[in-house]
Amino acid sequence: MSNAARKHWRSFKWAAWLGWEMDSNWTEPWLFMVYSVIKPIAGAFILVLMYNVFTLIGQFRDPDLFSYIYIGNAFFIFVGNTLFGTFQVIQSDREWYQTLRYTYISPISYYTYIVGRAASKVAVGALAVLITLVFGVFALGVQFHMPLDHIPMFFAALALGLFCLISIGICLAGVSFMTAKHTHGLAEGIPGVFYVFCGVLFPLTALPGWAQSVGRGIPLTYWFDLTRRLILPPSSIDSGLGFFNDNEILVLLLASSLIFFLLSLGIFKLGEYMARKAGKIDMTTSY
Amino acid sequence: MSAATATSRIPHRLKLNLQAIVGRAYPRIVGANREPSWIFFEAILPLLGIAAYVFIYKALGDRALFGVTDPAEIARIRGTTNSLIATVVLGGTMVAFWLNVLWSMASQLYWEKEIGNLQLYMMAPMSRMALLGGMAIGGMFMTSVRAITTLVVGVVVFSITLQVSNPLLLLGVFFVTLIALYGMGMMLASLYLLWGREAFNLSALLEEPIFFSSGFYFPVGGFAKFGTIGGAMLAFATAIPATLGLDAMRQIIVPGGPVLPIPVPWSQDAFLTADVEFGILIVLAVVFLFLARQTLAYLEMLARREGRLTSRHQ
Repeated sequence: MSNAARKHWRSFKWAAWLGWEMDSNWTEPWLFMVYSVIKPIAGAFILVLMYNVFTLIGQFRDPDLFSYIYIGNAFFIFVGNTLFGTFQVIQSDREWYQTLRYTYISPISYYTYIVGRAASKVAVGALAVLITLVFGVFALGVQFHMPLDHIPMFFAALALGLFCLISIGICLAGVSFMTAKHTHGLAEGIPGVFYVFCGVLFPLTALPGWAQSVGRGIPLTYWFDLTRRLILPPSSIDSGLGFFNDNEILVLLLASSLIFFLLSLGIFKLGEYMARKAGKIDMTTSY
Repeated sequence: MSAATATSRIPHRLKLNLQAIVGRAYPRIVGANREPSWIFFEAILPLLGIAAYVFIYKALGDRALFGVTDPAEIARIRGTTNSLIATVVLGGTMVAFWLNVLWSMASQLYWEKEIGNLQLYMMAPMSRMALLGGMAIGGMFMTSVRAITTLVVGVVVFSITLQVSNPLLLLGVFFVTLIALYGMGMMLASLYLLWGREAFNLSALLEEPIFFSSGFYFPVGGFAKFGTIGGAMLAFATAIPATLGLDAMRQIIVPGGPVLPIPVPWSQDAFLTADVEFGILIVLAVVFLFLARQTLAYLEMLARREGRLTSRHQ
């Protein structure tokens, strides 16, 4: 391992440890586990009730669409956790703990430090996704179907999806250098962009034409579509990406993830530079 | 001090506390205006999350319409879809207030402690309730912008039909719901005063589970269709002012009669009307404000005694 790689690995490792301690050491481990899964399970229940209310009033059942919605929502837990885990680092260190200035001047890569801090949230997110899926399959009758030959592609897509999410999170961290305490707006709003345009909860075809085009420009759309193809049985739902086969979608996901990675490097550097120039690198905006 | 002197000091104390309310509300309103970027982050971006829930109902509606040719059936499905989308839009407006109560009311004393302001507040000769009242008013201003944006966008972009059957009752329900919600926030703020980082995590925990239990995105009466567990959930949810407030507002402005209103357990086919819910909300508002005052005094004393009033990063 080269010196540079060793340095990045050390920054990542200690940042991940710090992130884990900050996330979890406020309570007992069992309570932390309960806390970590209640939120996503409640989120899934919102959709279950929405679907059931529609079936009650509309006198219409559609198990295929229910499974489509449920799986999309389960994997969306990664989006919320990973994005929040990355860009909130700037604001929590800058505004709440007021430690950003000390971390920033230490001899580490701040980019790597943020990725490390996000790692614990990704791990907790993975557990929540697993629990949500298991609950859906056994308690709600979600139609899970993953042949063995789908498993390698599923994990490849998962790795690329997470890589892409971290890159987007770093882009937002770059923007956060320049903004006031908007963590909650960003945490709610940016995942909202993906919620709407990436066909997470409904097929892309439910959107107007222009919005479908926006969705096709976001890599997460391909990740969600490929994931559903790999773990759900074939259905009559037109996802709007039927003209691509699985391999083509994986290639598109790879290419767009690389583009977002390069973007994250540029935007992060630019945000950092502008914040230093404007004297905002350690500002507090507590009103 | 004689009774006459104490009475004569009332106008002075009143003025002082009103000044405290204005003083605490001021930075929230002015601070917000100095950073106009918040309008994009706090008012525009969150609309997208609500739009996603709207599209779920749209997608379900489209699937239900597939292959249907009977005009009456088409009209029925479209009416159902419109009612449910209106339900989501109204829920989306109240989400803004609930998040504000959690993050800018309940957690605020904890943040003030973290950044060192709390000790200054404690030394000032004002009522703590005035301080919290000022936070609430400032927060309501910021949040109203988001709520109005959500409502306008919901009506314009998603073409939902709303019919206000009783404007006075609607205004009454809305404002009493806000008072009850912010009263609840004041009560939580005093609890959070004692806690450390648990406060942040508790606020995070009270998002999705409350969106779910209070029916922010679906008619909360739907719980009643799920037997004993649903009934228990409904009973719990009615203690949260947003549940009754939302249900009452939906009854008043969503056309076509109430969609799955909250049933009355002891009478078949009867449900809580908007008038009754308004009455319950008034009671909740009074109870929460009273509890806020009591808990604030008690927990402040406890925090002082345990030396946790100024302890940070715990």
